[in-house]
Amino acid sequence: MDKMPAWADAVLVPLISLLLAAFLSALVILAIGENPVDAFKLMVDGALMRSSGWGYTLYYATNFIFTGLAVAVAFHARLFNIGGEGQAVLGGLGAALACLFIPWPHWSLAIIGGAFAAAAFGALWALIPAYLQAKRGSHIVITTIMFNFIAAALLNYVLVNLLKPAGSMEPATANFPEATHLPSFQDMFATADNPLFRGSPANVTFFLALIACVLVWLLIWRTRLGYEIRAQGHSETAARYAGISPVRITIVAMLISGGLAGLMAVNATMGEAERLVINAAEGAGFIGIAVALMGRNHPVGVLMAALLFGFLYQGGAELALWTNIPRELIVVIQALVILFTGALDNMVRMPLEKLFVKRRAA
Amino acid sequence: MDFLTLLQVLDSTVRLATPLLLACLAGLYSERAGVFDIGLEGKMLAAAFLSAGVAYVTGSVWLGLFAGIAASVALSAIHGLASITFRGNQLISGVAINFLAAGLTVLIAQNWFKQGGRTPSLIGGGRWENITLPFAETLSGVPVLGPIYAELISGHSLLVYVAFAMVPLTWWILFRTRFGLRLRAVGEAPEAVDTAGVSVVGLRFAAVGICGILCGIAGSYLATGLQAGFVKDMTAGRGFIALAALIFAKWRPWYALGACLLFGLLQAVALRYQNIDLGGVVIPVQVMDALPYILTVVILAGFVGKAIPPRAGGEPYVKER
Amino acid sequence: MNDTVPAIELKGISKAFGPVQANKDISIRVMPGTIHGIIGENGAGKSTLMSILYGFYKADAGEIYISGRKTDIPDSQAAISAGIGMVFQHFKLVQNFTVLENVILGAEEGGLLNNSLSKARKVLKQLAEEYELSVDPDALIEDLSVGHQQRVEILKALYRQADILILDEPTGVLTPAEADHLFRILDNLRAEGKTIILITHKLREIMEITDTVSVMRRGEMTATVKTSETSPEELAELMVGRKVLLRVDKKPATPGEKLLEIKDLRHVDDHGVERLKGISLDLRAGEILGIAGVAGNGQSALLEVLGGYADATGSVKLRGQELPLSGPGSDGSARREAGIGHVPEDRHHEGLILDYTAWENAIFGYHRDAQYQKGLLMDHDAIRKDAEGKIERFDVRPANCNLAAKNFSGGNQQKIVLAREIERNPDVLLIGQPTRGVDIGAIEFIHQQIVRLRDEGKAILLVSVELDEIFALSDRIAVMFDGQIMGFRDPAETDQRELGLLMAGVTNTKEASHG
Repeated sequence: MDKMPAWADAVLVPLISLLLAAFLSALVILAIGENPVDAFKLMVDGALMRSSGWGYTLYYATNFIFTGLAVAVAFHARLFNIGGEGQAVLGGLGAALACLFIPWPHWSLAIIGGAFAAAAFGALWALIPAYLQAKRGSHIVITTIMFNFIAAALLNYVLVNLLKPAGSMEPATANFPEATHLPSFQDMFATADNPLFRGSPANVTFFLALIACVLVWLLIWRTRLGYEIRAQGHSETAARYAGISPVRITIVAMLISGGLAGLMAVNATMGEAERLVINAAEGAGFIGIAVALMGRNHPVGVLMAALLFGFLYQGGAELALWTNIPRELIVVIQALVILFTGALDNMVRMPLEKLFVKRRAA
Repeated sequence: MDFLTLLQVLDSTVRLATPLLLACLAGLYSERAGVFDIGLEGKMLAAAFLSAGVAYVTGSVWLGLFAGIAASVALSAIHGLASITFRGNQLISGVAINFLAAGLTVLIAQNWFKQGGRTPSLIGGGRWENITLPFAETLSGVPVLGPIYAELISGHSLLVYVAFAMVPLTWWILFRTRFGLRLRAVGEAPEAVDTAGVSVVGLRFAAVGICGILCGIAGSYLATGLQAGFVKDMTAGRGFIALAALIFAKWRPWYALGACLLFGLLQAVALRYQNIDLGGVVIPVQVMDALPYILTVVILAGFVGKAIPPRAGGEPYVKER
Repeated sequence: MNDTVPAIELKGISKAFGPVQANKDISIRVMPGTIHGIIGENGAGKSTLMSILYGFYKADAGEIYISGRKTDIPDSQAAISAGIGMVFQHFKLVQNFTVLENVILGAEEGGLLNNSLSKARKVLKQLAEEYELSVDPDALIEDLSVGHQQRVEILKALYRQADILILDEPTGVLTPAEADHLFRILDNLRAEGKTIILITHKLREIMEITDTVSVMRRGEMTATVKTSETSPEELAELMVGRKVLLRVDKKPATPGEKLLEIKDLRHVDDHGVERLKGISLDLRAGEILGIAGVAGNGQSALLEVLGGYADATGSVKLRGQELPLSGPGSDGSARREAGIGHVPEDRHHEGLILDYTAWENAIFGYHRDAQYQKGLLMDHDAIRKDAEGKIERFDVRPANCNLAAKNFSGGNQQKIVLAREIERNPDVLLIGQPTRGVDIGAIEFIHQQIVRLRDEGKAILLVSVELDEIFALSDRIAVMFDGQIMGFRDPAETDQRELGLLMAGVTNTKEASHG
């Protein structure tokens, strides 16, 4: 019944999907009168050939690791969490409140407190859709979409009416206190002779993201909870038979998922902006969907896909700077990746499966 | 609030409800046939852009409309390919379509008009003209009913009347015709349709196609009726409000009209007033923004009447052994 | 009859699903105006063959002749035009449509519904009188009983003027009374000259109503004989390829103390249907209590409640200790902890996670046990070792614990479940349909294991829809009907006929059997 070896499923299918997406993107670039090869070179130059480029790439990747893991954990329980964006928005609110109202003595404590607050707020925002799915059977995709919009309205209200410093016109909080500023890669790695990562936003949160990858891997494949989450994802009726409560798993998986999405805010608000702005999540919640699909819901895959999208984001910004190709090219690529690795998965898979069956028969 | 202000708010309600209603009915055809569609937003956006672009270049709002419908139907075809032909995840496909539209519209608009991802403003034949119904002028003197007829009912563009006419038409198609019977059946029990010798794939593609056409009209109306031209992300979540309205309406045409008018009213009020003072209690504008979504969640939670989607919704049809 | 042309003739039909050859070079002639039975075990290829005839699948090779004319049947539409109607095992009805709407679906006349509906109303009335097929045309399907839903399926076929009617396992969900009514309908249809193909794995039905019977085994047609010239014994042998040993070697039971005491157990399902209407029974150590009944009469609910994944009211005592029936402490793990093992009816959707490996499945439900943990994590080495032992002792093939459960045959999947539940040494073992979809060799092994467990002094509650299996294994038999127990019988002092009446809800069996 296994039509393909596991490695082909894990590596070959996403790779072919990525190539298809790249090919179509190249066509788009051609169609608007630019040279795709030059564009690609420019992206590589801007994103990977300088340490400051890497600083941006890794900064974006940090966001995407968190949101990608968030979507992946929910997927393992067969829950499609489209609400990463709203959970990240709430995570930002949590981090901002922690930074603004608690006098942290040092950044190392602030990052722990901020992360805790961000995760808690994100998890809380996922809790209501999770509860409604588990107890009332409300479709979690729809409720999490709705909660994205509600989160946006809520943040708008909080920033405009409550947290905006007096006299400011901009819907954003005051700057966070000095002690909560996280060390950037520049602070950590640059020396007088070698100004690495100059001006780039990558910061210590990247390591937090790597730790999250390891923890999620342990959770899913090495703990009882992970065993139960995957069991529920494969078959809810079987899980019930085994004494695994679908209500508990749905809620716990969504809490973890929302918490991970919320953690993204540590990077974006504490690590970069150092205050909370109106669209702090920058769509990263949605990119998490592409990252999880492409990474086959495995933390290693998520890490690699997040790096790829980090590269695309930074490269895309470079393109917008030097050519007539707007940043929205990245949104198109993102859409194509979701399309091919997610919705059109069978289109890529079926011919491959036939190929493998034929080869085995021969 | 005086009578005239009320009329103005209601008038604006009708205008704002129109794209919601068209998109909501679009989703109704698709989801009644068992194909979930969270890509309404993307289809509207693509249609808004292409209709504005073509209307600007040709100066014909009609050509713009057809171009908008074509753009929307093209995205529908992708959705059909992914979710019907290749039995992919319909929700993921919808997400992809939304992003595809968000990216491509700006990309092409920038390349085409070089105005930062928008089209130039439409003038003259590039926009829908408002239609003055017969006797609107003469009757406007009649107290109460006169202004209602002249201000509220008369004086909208053709697409507004099309949208409202679609409600009874959809009801009739769904419940009085062979096509409607089969459409509803394929969303409830595709195996029954298949064994009765009717093509499940054909029916679902037809439904997705109709969904594309209606989304196309909705998008066109946004860019060439409600507003004069395309700007980046101009749908601003309307596709999702339409989706919310569809759930709110429990997938029924007349209820859809009610839901869309309600959500349109919320938008109209939010547009006119920043904060609403209800005898000392101030309702901030953000509550108005969020209300359609909150109401939908409440309905979904089943605290006020349970919304049960078509039984085969979201599931690709696979013949059973 | 010999000189008439067959209503259906299949020549050399073959069909493979991947490596599985579902139909191998099958030829068959079905004469008009007869009832032709096709009998075979689960998975013998009967349904596949009929699906090909109905255009659901395309045959890899072979030809179909309808009334002597070679006919291509690429889809169901072609089958319908050729005059073929099919009543599937799982009905193909739209639940929230009326009977009329279901009947006209796909056979409407014109684009508007009004004419079709009024015409169908007339035709239905006519058919109802002709064939004892009365159903309320305006009722919603979801409000109809299973027997009535089946009538709608037959009406659908007749409305399309089918001359050939295929019924796939039509009695599986019917009570004996409903089944009798169905057979009267089929009799009437035959009298009107319709041709009927009846697919079943029940010998009794074949003997009762068919004119001719074809036997299928492992994708092949092994014989076609006149029903009047054969016997159940001969058919059974043809079905399985050798004499069936339905007798299981076992010593008389020596029942011990009462392990499980159930009193007035009631359960209402998610749709508000009362599935258990006051069940009371005792289960002793060292006995097998067989629960007989037509599928869907509450047996599944009983297993789910006792297994800890459906709430109930009433009282269940294990060794005198009250078990909670809802809320905390009533879930599957609590039941396992208390000493109740459970081999569920449906191993694909309950007993196994098909995508999990054998070793992951070998602890499914017991995965919280201390022996499988190492600190915060699970001890994969210990679990693997444990699984390898189970696989060896239960002779699971292939003996590879890294293989996903879906890659094992039905019998070997069942052995994995059985090994997991038996090796935990439960006091009480619940077993549902232990040999459904299991090959003959594994059936014997599984039956032996169940008897061995009984002889070790365990209490066993066996649910099976196969009366033969109930008779072969049980020390006592309880019959369930409509959520109630109709009575207990000693297998030595009852017969299939008496049980059949109980299964139909007739309690006064002595009187009924005289009348």
